[in-house]
Amino acid sequence: MTLADGEWHRLHPASPLLRGGIFIFALLGFLIANLRERVVEMVFGIPRESGDPLDEIYQRGAVGWALLATAVVLVVILVVFALSWRMHTFRVGDESVEVRSGVLFRSHRQARLDRIQGVNIVRPLIPRLFGAAKLEVSVAGQDANVQLAYLGSALADGLRRDILHAAGGARAPRQTAAATADPATGMPVASGSLPGEPSAADTVGQARTGLGGYATARVGEFLAPELDPDAAPPESVVRIPLLRLIGSIVLSSFTVVVVIAIVAVIVSVVSGSTGWLLVAIFPFLLASFGYYFSRITKSLRFSIAGTPDGVRVGFGLLTTSNETLPPGRIHAIGVTQPLLWRPFGWWQVSINKAGHSTNDGAAGQAATTILPVGTLDDVTRVLELVLPAFTGADQHALIERGLLSRGGEGDGFSSAPRRAAWLRPFSWRRTGYALSSGTALIRRGVVARNLVFVPLARLQSVAIHQGPVRRRLRLATARLHTVTGPVTASLGVIDVAEAARLFDSIAAGAIAASDSDTSHHWNRELEVTT
Amino acid sequence: MSDYRDTDTGPAAPTEPALPAAQPAVTEPAIAAEQPAAATDAPVVPPVGTRLDLPEAGEWQRVSPKYVMVEIVGSLIFLVMICVAAGLLWLLLDQTWAAIVGGALALIVLVSVAFEPRRVRSIGYQLRADDLLFRRGIMFQRFVSVPYGRMQLVDITRGPVARWLGLADLKFVTAAATSAVAIPGLAEDDANTLRDRLVELAESRRAGL
Repeated sequence: MTLADGEWHRLHPASPLLRGGIFIFALLGFLIANLRERVVEMVFGIPRESGDPLDEIYQRGAVGWALLATAVVLVVILVVFALSWRMHTFRVGDESVEVRSGVLFRSHRQARLDRIQGVNIVRPLIPRLFGAAKLEVSVAGQDANVQLAYLGSALADGLRRDILHAAGGARAPRQTAAATADPATGMPVASGSLPGEPSAADTVGQARTGLGGYATARVGEFLAPELDPDAAPPESVVRIPLLRLIGSIVLSSFTVVVVIAIVAVIVSVVSGSTGWLLVAIFPFLLASFGYYFSRITKSLRFSIAGTPDGVRVGFGLLTTSNETLPPGRIHAIGVTQPLLWRPFGWWQVSINKAGHSTNDGAAGQAATTILPVGTLDDVTRVLELVLPAFTGADQHALIERGLLSRGGEGDGFSSAPRRAAWLRPFSWRRTGYALSSGTALIRRGVVARNLVFVPLARLQSVAIHQGPVRRRLRLATARLHTVTGPVTASLGVIDVAEAARLFDSIAAGAIAASDSDTSHHWNRELEVTT
Repeated sequence: MSDYRDTDTGPAAPTEPALPAAQPAVTEPAIAAEQPAAATDAPVVPPVGTRLDLPEAGEWQRVSPKYVMVEIVGSLIFLVMICVAAGLLWLLLDQTWAAIVGGALALIVLVSVAFEPRRVRSIGYQLRADDLLFRRGIMFQRFVSVPYGRMQLVDITRGPVARWLGLADLKFVTAAATSAVAIPGLAEDDANTLRDRLVELAESRRAGL
């Protein structure tokens, strides 16, 4: 059962209902608010004291009209939903994904498969209970994403696999992909799941056996592991232990603000001042608990894993989300360590990418954070996933020195000269760059350590600057331009001659790297080798 | 103009070895016609080690010297606006500080106008084998290298003064917002030729993002 057959398909029949979810809730809320006494009477047998709108209708003898109006409204809603469902179709061919939607204002959106920047599957809580998922294909550009909301959960997974397979330039017939374990993707379709743990694909087959079967399937899907164990080799999976996750969220700059607020409250109470400070700060303290809670639930079950079709980042306890970034879609990688995390040796990894999903990432952060918190070991494994070319003993040593070294000569980085201390009094020793296997590394910061990787095949341009101050100090500034994102690859101080060398070597490296770059057709290469 | 464009679009054009040969042909005659002194006026060699420079780089193509006029007219309009604003504040509202600030600003603008020819001379570009090299600035220097394959689009704009002088600005846009390669003050024909050439080069070295 595949949807990527070049034919037009419709979405999950409940999609209009699920998409309009918030309005349904508002309507329910309105009804309950108006009829609450009746509900209380029906459930608990407490007699009502005052009338409600239903009594009013009954007294005025307008029951017939009311029923008619309700029926008309229901029919109109149903017709509109059915129409919008009928008119919302999509097609996945060999070249592109297309979506047609709209009843009065028709829209037709087409995205080329070889331009895909990522495929995201989101399961918000309510649709997830009904076994539906939202699939989003992101391409570069503002508001350029193709959204399929909603699809059956297993269908969405299958569709993503097919889209990524085609996007990778694979020309293999689809039947092989559907029937057997495809060697190119390594993802068996008839998934042999772990015993006692029915995977989504299995349970959907049984779903037809009736309501009981349906419920079992939904429960099975709900309890299934967020990351299908067959999708990725387990040794490539990076997860976050719960304690570390909580620790990392608690040890943030937000906590510093909270602590200051608590101290202020205590001081004001002890010194016996009037309660205005308490009134001002207490709501904030209460709200901060909600903030911590939502951040933690949103990053629970976080996993990042390497699949043959790219890096897969998944997270979420109630609302789950997972995004697959095909190879060669990551434009810059930043590894940072705030000062508070240093005693624990934790790091955060974020990336620049051209496509932007409309959904938030883990912990409510931008979806550009691919590892909210991890140890040095986790960071190296994540870097192996996102920089496949950057593996080897030399590169490992370079990563470690880039993250931990205090700087200075002879650690593989060309660091800034001593006179740069005028501009970077603490971090000049660590400010430097290195070039290794088609990747530029930029090391910065001594209080908050920072290491930036730019794959030269993705580099847009390189610039060096010099103003009057740096001219006096014989220094310059270098900057590698990538697509917009949280990572900026710039070097604030660099020796002037070194800057010219950097400029030449990176400009040449970028051309060489993009000539030899084949990552946008990752599957073609695989087919040759297998 | 048309003859060397023909050679570029010939059958062998997109291959790489043809490029270095074609490159001087595209830009040199136009520059030489407008600014015979361009070659002798090449980048002033700075004291070793202090100034940012690319010793390996080849010969820079300059923009039209007429572009100085565009910059000067812009500065003068700004100057007039400062004078009017400061004058109004000073004479009508009796704000003496406005006269001082306005005078100081006007002085800065006048001094920068004096440096304008030198600044325009510092703008340069090169069509290398695989990338476009761009430089500008004397006080605040900037060198940028953009591989042709990274081009998303080329923009040609003409302001009123530039149009009167027959000039155009060319902007090379990549997926990075910060690349900002804008070559101002090209003769209109040069700008069109350069645009076609860049599009052709980008086409032959196409890459994804």
